Amino acid sequence: MSVPLLEIRGLEAALVRPPHAPLLRGVDLTLDPGQVHGLVGESGAGKSTVGKAILGILPKAIAVTGGTIRFAGEDLLKMRPSRFFSLLGRDIALIPQDPMSALNPARRVGAQIADGLRLRRGMRGAKLREKVLSLLTEVQIADPEAVIARYPHELSGGMRQRVLIAAAFAVDPKLVIADEPTTALDVTVQKEVLRLIRRMQARHGTGVVFVTHDLGVVAQLCDQVTVLFEGRVVEQGATAAVLAQPAHAYTRALIEASPRHDRPDSGMRPIPEHIITALKAERVHGGEAADG
Amino acid sequence: MAEAPGEAIVEAKDLELELPDMNARVLFGRRPRVRVLHPVSLSVRRGEILGIVGESGSGKTSLGRALLRLHEPTGGKLTFEGRDITHLDEARLRPLRARMQFIFQDPQSSLNPRRRVAASLEAALALRAGRLDRKERRRELEVVAEQVGLPTPLLDRYPHELSGGQRQRVGIARAVITRPHFVLADEIVSGLDVSTQAQVLVLLKRLAGELGLALVFISHDLSVIRNFCDRVCVMRAGRIVESGTCGALFEAPRTDYTRTLLDAIPLPSPQPGWLDGAPDTAACRS
Ligand SMILES: Nc1ncnc2c1ncn2[C@@H]1O[C@H](COP(=O)(O)OP(=O)(O)OP(=O)(O)O)[C@@H](O)[C@H]1O
Ligand SMILES: Nc1ncnc2c1ncn2[C@@H]1O[C@H](COP(=O)(O)OP(=O)(O)OP(=O)(O)O)[C@@H](O)[C@H]1O
Ligand SMILES: [Mg+2]
Ligand SMILES: [Mg+2]
Repeated sequence: MSVPLLEIRGLEAALVRPPHAPLLRGVDLTLDPGQVHGLVGESGAGKSTVGKAILGILPKAIAVTGGTIRFAGEDLLKMRPSRFFSLLGRDIALIPQDPMSALNPARRVGAQIADGLRLRRGMRGAKLREKVLSLLTEVQIADPEAVIARYPHELSGGMRQRVLIAAAFAVDPKLVIADEPTTALDVTVQKEVLRLIRRMQARHGTGVVFVTHDLGVVAQLCDQVTVLFEGRVVEQGATAAVLAQPAHAYTRALIEASPRHDRPDSGMRPIPEHIITALKAERVHGGEAADG
Repeated sequence: MAEAPGEAIVEAKDLELELPDMNARVLFGRRPRVRVLHPVSLSVRRGEILGIVGESGSGKTSLGRALLRLHEPTGGKLTFEGRDITHLDEARLRPLRARMQFIFQDPQSSLNPRRRVAASLEAALALRAGRLDRKERRRELEVVAEQVGLPTPLLDRYPHELSGGQRQRVGIARAVITRPHFVLADEIVSGLDVSTQAQVLVLLKRLAGELGLALVFISHDLSVIRNFCDRVCVMRAGRIVESGTCGALFEAPRTDYTRTLLDAIPLPSPQPGWLDGAPDTAACRS
């Protein structure tokens, strides 16, 4: 069997300050090339922390305290910084949640998409410009010539997200981390953006870790899914199987909390307290509390 | 359309709204005006939850603000509890303000970040009961905190020290502390995870029932609307293009636009072809 694109084993992270509250408690996750892996869970479960750990962009307050993150076989955590930074932005890219904060408000959109190509691929001049235009066309922007000259605030939210998708895929990365890239968007725009990510990912053979709390998005977009609760993997597997036959009561509860427009009286059921209590108890018995 | 119980609290008849066009570049003279609402008619009864859905820019917030008389309509008629308030001036609206409240999407921006939760709630309380002493005010705050399931120690925190769900509870507390008859909730659960979303909606539904609220619930998520509202209006480009009870509208949407909106909300079970863009898959739901 070939090497997985991404292989996370026993990943642990904690707050730097005492009492070093653990945020990730032994997360395992495997992603094969060209697959989309959904990371779901409630707010605070640690989804973004996993994504940031992969990208090496954890805030100063959080540190990785154990485990490995292998990218095509190489441990990102043990890699020399120079090697790591050469991977970042070339083989590994990010599609962030908030396009406004990810784009520099004072620079034209075209120049920002060109950055990666210039720095990582050494493109220049007319060739560079051509590539940027073709990327914008690829993300379904109707008038790319006009858009490259615009500033971020002159674009709608959906357009900005398209620009960021174009920027992420510009350098043909092998792995894309998408952290709730559609949460801020209108539903019809969200669908277009998801479609776009799916198409770009399939066309470029990119592996994607997709962070979301929307099981609907997971169901349609992701091949595999990991359910996180308080930094721990509660359930993991092929999306269709996990959603049709969740093995864990917590996953079932998440599904039952999700409303559906094709059924009356669906969703709107908060996660029952006893499930949360049982999960927390499991953790104590799991012996992880002894590690700290 | 099934008749909901209770008398009409808010009634809009052919409501129109024009606003100064913020997008226009004005060098001199008056800002040109844009038409934001074309004649729109609706009514909300006591104890009824009316959903408003539509794509971004369809006019949901503008309609909501007009219903609250935060905008003055430029045509048509708006009544609140039987009284014509279409062109009432601010002084005469003021006594009514406590009875018409709103909850916005991002309580962080509608709550003053430099004020503790308690201070924000007290400011709202003053709309209904201006002359309470410290102890009475605290008592009122504790009652409302209990109502919305907010632990009382959180009253002394700042908004940024709360989770999204807790902030939304504060937003609800701030609205209900004035004992309103009409509440507008504008995209209040869109940023929340499903479990927190369920908690907030269960809470709001219970309060709406207990207080007999006329509740207008704006959302772009038809999955939420179907399971939360009694009736729904679908907006497009400043018009209501379709309306009805949730049962009727979701079973048999009449416009392609509504079907498009439905189809845009992914269900939490695989829908083959959803991302391939097979047209109108929503029309052949099982
Ligand atoms: N800069 C920080 N300092 C301290 N704690 C942090 C920081 N960032 C995140 N945390 C904590 O780490 C935990 C995991 O956060 P994370 O952002 O990974 O959650 P998430 O699953 O992405 O949630 P959401 O759905 O809200 O984005 C939370 O308990 C959070 O409070
Ligand atoms: N002052 C203004 N000047 C110009 N256009 C305006 C003004 N106020 C609102 N609009 C326009 O009116 C339309 C309706 O806006 P509104 O905010 O009510 O939409 P919405 O349905 O609430 O959208 P969203 O889902 O994004 O919140 C939009 O096209 C908006 O750009
Ligand atoms: Mg996150
Ligand atoms: Mg709005």
